[in-house]
Amino acid sequence: MVNPGTGRLRADAVTLGYDRKTVSTGLSVTIPDDSFTVVVGPNACGKSTLLRSLARLLRPSAGDVVLDGESIHRIATKEVARRVGLLPQSALAPEGITVGDLVARGRYPHQNLFRQQTEADREAVAAAMAATHVADLAEVPVDELSGGQRQRVWVAMALAQQTGILLLDEPTTFLDIAHQIELLDLFAGLHRDGATLVAVLHDLNHAARYATHLVVMKGGEVVAQGDPGEVVTADLVEDVFGLPCLVIPDPLSGTPLVIPRGTAHPAP
Amino acid sequence: MTAPAPAHAPAPARAGVRVRRGPLTTAALAVAALLLALLALGLGDYPLSVPEVVRALVSDQGFATTVVTGWRLPRVVVALVFGAALGVSGALFQSLTRNPLGSPDVIGFSTGAYTGVLVVTTVLGTGVLGVSAGALLAGLATAFVVYLLAYRDGVQGFRLIVVGIGVTGMLHGVNVWLLLRAETEVAMAASIWGAGSIALTGWSQAVPAFVVLAVLTPLVCAASGPLRQLELGDDAAGAHGLRVERSRLVVVVLGVALIATVTATAGPIAFVALSAPQIARRLAGSPGLPLVASALTGGLVLLGADMIAQHVLPTAVPVGVVTVVLGGAYLLALIVQEARRRW
Repeated sequence: MVNPGTGRLRADAVTLGYDRKTVSTGLSVTIPDDSFTVVVGPNACGKSTLLRSLARLLRPSAGDVVLDGESIHRIATKEVARRVGLLPQSALAPEGITVGDLVARGRYPHQNLFRQQTEADREAVAAAMAATHVADLAEVPVDELSGGQRQRVWVAMALAQQTGILLLDEPTTFLDIAHQIELLDLFAGLHRDGATLVAVLHDLNHAARYATHLVVMKGGEVVAQGDPGEVVTADLVEDVFGLPCLVIPDPLSGTPLVIPRGTAHPAP
Repeated sequence: MTAPAPAHAPAPARAGVRVRRGPLTTAALAVAALLLALLALGLGDYPLSVPEVVRALVSDQGFATTVVTGWRLPRVVVALVFGAALGVSGALFQSLTRNPLGSPDVIGFSTGAYTGVLVVTTVLGTGVLGVSAGALLAGLATAFVVYLLAYRDGVQGFRLIVVGIGVTGMLHGVNVWLLLRAETEVAMAASIWGAGSIALTGWSQAVPAFVVLAVLTPLVCAASGPLRQLELGDDAAGAHGLRVERSRLVVVVLGVALIATVTATAGPIAFVALSAPQIARRLAGSPGLPLVASALTGGLVLLGADMIAQHVLPTAVPVGVVTVVLGGAYLLALIVQEARRRW
């Protein structure tokens, strides 16, 4: 396996699970600095669990998650939240909250009892809303937004946290194809501007096109990782997803394009 | 085929002209509470107009001042303060459970406190202090048991409510059984406590409760930031650096402490904690349940209910009876509104 290089954030032989159900055992993943890392794999393969452990939301029963050379569980939660952001799958918008207020809640790790809203907070919120193109919606209740707008607002809340590393758990799920691409372009822009991104995605073609580093998981383990152009092959897709397919170069980007065979077009 | 609309089209025109009602509503509620208090101070067998009440408050007007500050003020202040405590307690629990039914009186606290009082009065037969202690301990024990039974890898709102309602039902049965086997006079006294009344509460009885509430107030303010984070869901709150389970426990403890303080002094006063936060949220149009507005609304509701209990009904009744009736109407309205929205 290719050495993924150095990274500020890594999971070191972690065992992860909920209650008594173990999802991953001895899992090691390094997030390369300044990468747009995409994690793919079949449902329930442990992608989200890995992401939650990288965000300090889930404590490994063995092994350690290391952030900047230190065990993440030794670092104060708010300090972690100033370095690593997470857009979870299941965030809730309080009824009636406006876009601006919701985005501002991402500033929590920078505030304390005696230092509430500061100029830096307002600037960070404005910058996050500008980057996600929701600045015009600041006074609109989140309940009234379309799915695509709402997802951009959640991204803005995570951006307002101003972390160098941002974890995105299935950010494009439930969006139509145009909004998926719009959001992925937004992430690519953030990555160009210097953010380290880790996203769980379902669409292999999107993953292959946007990722600078691809992590493929199956049954709680990493089965392949590296440059998408080298990782994504017909054999790998069949092995991981059980899906016979054809992999050709994407005519626009040259990245691997996965074409499922289905029963109508069996392999020759 | 038409060109796709720009993905981030400008916001509708009404964006930006929205006025934030929150601070305005809070100020209006504060003024309303003050006016209602002045009105309440004038009501009774020796009626006084609002200007007369103000004069009696600011300078010595002889008998009028005695009536206003000596006889009526304690009850009015107790109604406002206890109502506020109940409103905040309800807001904390409903925010935590993300459910308008997740109120401390619904999830067993008050019924448990009543059980404690019944055990103390019918089995042990001790005085006022024993009653307060019994209410407090049993209420806390009930909250603790509900929390433990609902705990599975963290506490979720809905499970807390369902477990709470179950425990309430069981304790209600226990209460009836205790009342039935008690002697008539003891059962009568316990029933009066169980109705929830602030009629007999003078300064001396209220001061300990006020001291506790004064200690709790800054703690509740400190918990409001974490509470706003918990509203976003556990993962988002955790991703913002909140210690989710610890924060939730703090909010539960504060909510229980608020209602416990009131209940130990005045008995179980139903529905204020349930209704005040929801009314406050609708009035303030704020995201989540506003704590200050909930406190003011709770004060208004309890004072209003106590005025009805004292002056409107032909015979004075405990305020808890009025809040139960008001609360029933409120619940019906809530259900009708919910039904309209769904069907």
